[in-house]
Amino acid sequence: MINLNEVSETNEMIEKENLDVRTITMGISLLDCIDSDLEKVKKNIYDKIYKYAKDLVKTGKDIEKEFGIPIVNKRISVTPIALIGAAACKTPSDFSELAIVLDEVAKAVGVNFIGGFSALVSKGMTPADEMLIKSIPEALSKTDRVCSSINLGSTKTGINMDAVKLMGEIIKETAEYTREKDSLGCAKLVVFCNAPDDNPFMAGAFHGVTEADCIINVGVSGPGVVKTALEKVRGKDFEILCETIKKTAFKVTRVGQLVAKEASDRLGVPFGIVDLSLAPTPAIGDSVADILCEIGLEYAGAPGTTAALALLNDQVKKGGVMASSYVGGLSGAFIPVSEDQGMINAVEAGALTLEKLEAMTCVCSVGLDMIAIPGDTKATTISGIIADELAIGMVNQKTTAVRIIPVIGKTVGDNVEFGGLLGHAPIMPVNKFSCDDFINRGGRIPAPIHSFKN
Amino acid sequence: MKKTIITVVGKDGVGIIAKICTYLANNNINIEDISQTITGGFFNMMMITDMNKTSKPFGDISDELAQIGEEIGVVIKCQREEIFDSMHRI
Repeated sequence: MINLNEVSETNEMIEKENLDVRTITMGISLLDCIDSDLEKVKKNIYDKIYKYAKDLVKTGKDIEKEFGIPIVNKRISVTPIALIGAAACKTPSDFSELAIVLDEVAKAVGVNFIGGFSALVSKGMTPADEMLIKSIPEALSKTDRVCSSINLGSTKTGINMDAVKLMGEIIKETAEYTREKDSLGCAKLVVFCNAPDDNPFMAGAFHGVTEADCIINVGVSGPGVVKTALEKVRGKDFEILCETIKKTAFKVTRVGQLVAKEASDRLGVPFGIVDLSLAPTPAIGDSVADILCEIGLEYAGAPGTTAALALLNDQVKKGGVMASSYVGGLSGAFIPVSEDQGMINAVEAGALTLEKLEAMTCVCSVGLDMIAIPGDTKATTISGIIADELAIGMVNQKTTAVRIIPVIGKTVGDNVEFGGLLGHAPIMPVNKFSCDDFINRGGRIPAPIHSFKN
Repeated sequence: MKKTIITVVGKDGVGIIAKICTYLANNNINIEDISQTITGGFFNMMMITDMNKTSKPFGDISDELAQIGEEIGVVIKCQREEIFDSMHRI
């Protein structure tokens, strides 16, 4: 039987160490909403999402209350809209109208984000993919809750450099369209290599075509819990350090698994996966960078950071895998800058640079995330940064992503405030040397040799 | 059957258990186990209860217990046992 110490330990994690379930994300297939008439597609999309997700927020709140665990976000991911709108949309503006429908239905069911304004173009772009991409600046400026993601490469296909070039321009344009809000549109836009079909986390969530009609995916969190556990083993060797992370990750993930199963039962929707991620927030004590410091670094970014992050990421997976029946999504440690107070501190102290962040992404789950850069950064430079990051994902057979915000009108030394979970960030300097000729070549980078496994 | 864990944390005082037990009895909630400690005047109690016979919804009981807690200066939480089981038992 459960004892008082165990109950107190769990409740301290929740009350003092920010243990929460970061998101319940309902994945909904929109494939059966396809029609050649745009108005019909809009109605089909609204009706299907509303029908499936109308009880999502209430169910999440009921579970929160009964188990006493906060579930911070309730969200929806949908089939990439480039596929759904392909038959009906004749212009980028048509795609923007679909984004507006997604925004309306997200507000109607009360979720805070809806992901899937997406295109999968890792090898080539259809005319619809290209139109959707071109509609992103308008779509994200006219909506509040829609998130967009584009898969630009994979280990199996290589990198679509035409799309990488285009996305550099689109990110700049999105920044311009939302300049009065510190280019906030770019915080809702992410590009990927090896994008997972079942990621519950925004901005990159979409419901892949390999998925069932409707599914529940859950993202766990808990950097504060890991940090607190590590405080008790200060000065101990790596074996004890790793065991402590593993055991803590197990406990955190078990909560995610419980919530996922419970939500799945109550909503009558199959359980998909638990995403084992350490997802920070700007709240004090909810930081992945603080864990790195607790492991023994003065600041995130100091020599040793990549090794510390590598072991952290690996132990989180080792502990988490046993705690959940199905693991998927991104699964690893997130290292966004603006969403993690410890990372912000590290940038402000001069300890953490864009290049070090890039190195860190080789060993953890996401990529260059929520990084504010000067608004006058060239589109080709952004494309170059994207290409570098995607190459890491392609060669290492892992997911990598870029969510970078060229803040129009701001430069190094300025700060940017996105608010809420998106946090705030100092503008980081970008390497000023040109990659124009590289980006302007066009075409694709072939798949790496180790992708040919057949 | 599903069990509910009620935890009470706060400054020690007269009649904490009495007040809570009265409420539980009035609502037909059976207490199956109680453990408590007091360290440095700090009261920490856990009850394992069976709520299968009560007619009130879980949310109402949780809110009313929290309200009683506020009145007597302690924090009362009501959680289903599964969260603790899943975290601490394989």
